[in-house]
Amino acid sequence: MNFEAVATRPAHESVVVESTPPTMSIRKLDFFYGKFHALKDINLDIAERRVTAFIGPSGCGKSTLLRTMNRMYSLYPGQRAEGEILFNGRNVLEPGIDLNLLRARVGMVFQKPTPFPMSIYDNIAFGVRLYENLSAREMDERVEWALSKAAMWDESKDKLKQSGMALSGGQQQRLCIARAVSVKPEVLLLDEPTSALDPISTAKIEELISELKKDYTITIVTHNMQQAARVSDYTAYMYLGELIEFAATDEIFLKPQRKETEDYITGRFG
Amino acid sequence: MAMTRHTGRYQRRLLVNRFNLAMALVAMAFGMMFLLWILATLFLRGFEAFAPAMFTRMTPPPGSDGGLLNAIFGSFLMVFVATLISTPIGILAGIYLAEYGKDGWIANVTRFINDILLSAPSIVIGLFVYTVYVAKVQHYSGWAGSCALALLAIPVVVRTTENMLRLVPNSLREAAIALGAPMWKVILMVTLKAVRAGVITGILLAVARISGETAPLLFTALNNQFWSVDMNAPMANLPVVIFQFAMSPFKEWQQLAWAGALLITLAVLLLNILARTVFRQGVAK
Repeated sequence: MNFEAVATRPAHESVVVESTPPTMSIRKLDFFYGKFHALKDINLDIAERRVTAFIGPSGCGKSTLLRTMNRMYSLYPGQRAEGEILFNGRNVLEPGIDLNLLRARVGMVFQKPTPFPMSIYDNIAFGVRLYENLSAREMDERVEWALSKAAMWDESKDKLKQSGMALSGGQQQRLCIARAVSVKPEVLLLDEPTSALDPISTAKIEELISELKKDYTITIVTHNMQQAARVSDYTAYMYLGELIEFAATDEIFLKPQRKETEDYITGRFG
Repeated sequence: MAMTRHTGRYQRRLLVNRFNLAMALVAMAFGMMFLLWILATLFLRGFEAFAPAMFTRMTPPPGSDGGLLNAIFGSFLMVFVATLISTPIGILAGIYLAEYGKDGWIANVTRFINDILLSAPSIVIGLFVYTVYVAKVQHYSGWAGSCALALLAIPVVVRTTENMLRLVPNSLREAAIALGAPMWKVILMVTLKAVRAGVITGILLAVARISGETAPLLFTALNNQFWSVDMNAPMANLPVVIFQFAMSPFKEWQQLAWAGALLITLAVLLLNILARTVFRQGVAK
């Protein structure tokens, strides 16, 4: 299979057809782990209040792409990005950007649940306290609101003082989603949020994603194609650091334009 | 048959296994024997000399009865002050190494020096404090003793804090950073909190280590036959009293030395048990 031979690229910028401008616009993005060129000339738009999924085989750069959007990679020397990611009129890759503020507006949920070593209540309150000065009552309301958003309130309202680490894996992950939602970000980045969970917890989180997209712009990395088909509005197929095809999810799965995409989604490759 | 082809080699393997297991057991018994011997002697002699007067009376002049109160208090005070000095320094340095310095050259050099300090003979530390402090002010003092003990405790706390923090999965750090939390808040409220039990264990083990040290106190706090709470004066302490009394020809002094030795051992044993319980509870949670 020779991807180099395919010289034409789909016109990414015309793919997203929405009435509102995109929340994030990625332009000519290149990413390097030291000398390794992990993302090559990525161009795509993340539509507002839609779910955009990144699929592709392991190592294709889909998680890396997600980690450029909140500059998570900046924690590690040797990792760098070139190009543009426009968000609220600014390029988040610029050196002058305030990373803490950016991350407060671009929330992230990770592959493995990461509850903090504190109570369920404090897991939520931790993030809220960083940027807001709420009264005890307002904080109670916010915690309830966030947990309700993550479909966690009913099962956790009687044990808010218990450690978040004592919850089951699926509950922990929903707690993490509640935590990410609690600070009211604009964008939610979900990095394989269900790959460590059982099917029932996975179904709950997928429902949740459909619910959350009413208020948030969501991007999700998944290696589960059915999941991408179920939850997303747009899907990007990536391979070896390149964006092979990006289109509305139905189109990607029903009539992919590129043979590589078709091979991957039909399971002949990957 | 396939089985018979391998029977010879299998039998030999069994034999080799039994032999090695037996040798390992012998080696363990050899080591344990000395430990039990030491403890048995200590308990027998120590309990003989154990008396309530130990906790109420001062160290006596040769040939008369007395107790260890001033030495117990002196030891406690100096170890306490040393812990107060070494805990913040050790934890902060451990945080630097694990969270900021990582594999940079400053961190690597610090780690190397800390390792040297960790295994430095305690008498060297005592001589060092003697030279830079005691010799300058021209008198022995409790402060000098605490400084020497703190120097011994710091590397232990640095090492355990760093090792514990390194056990925190990066995903936890990233999760807190992803909320927009500044690094210092991530460390104080998330990572350090996650390993609180381990760090406390490290401090307790450091306390256990310094509470039995003799050499660094010999050159710094020296000893004091009388009750004294003045940290700026020579201060009585159990290890030096034991050293002095055990080497003396006087029966009463030797008795007190045994009792003191047992007391220190029990204290250290207790600290170790406490450290284990704290750690286990922290892990269970």
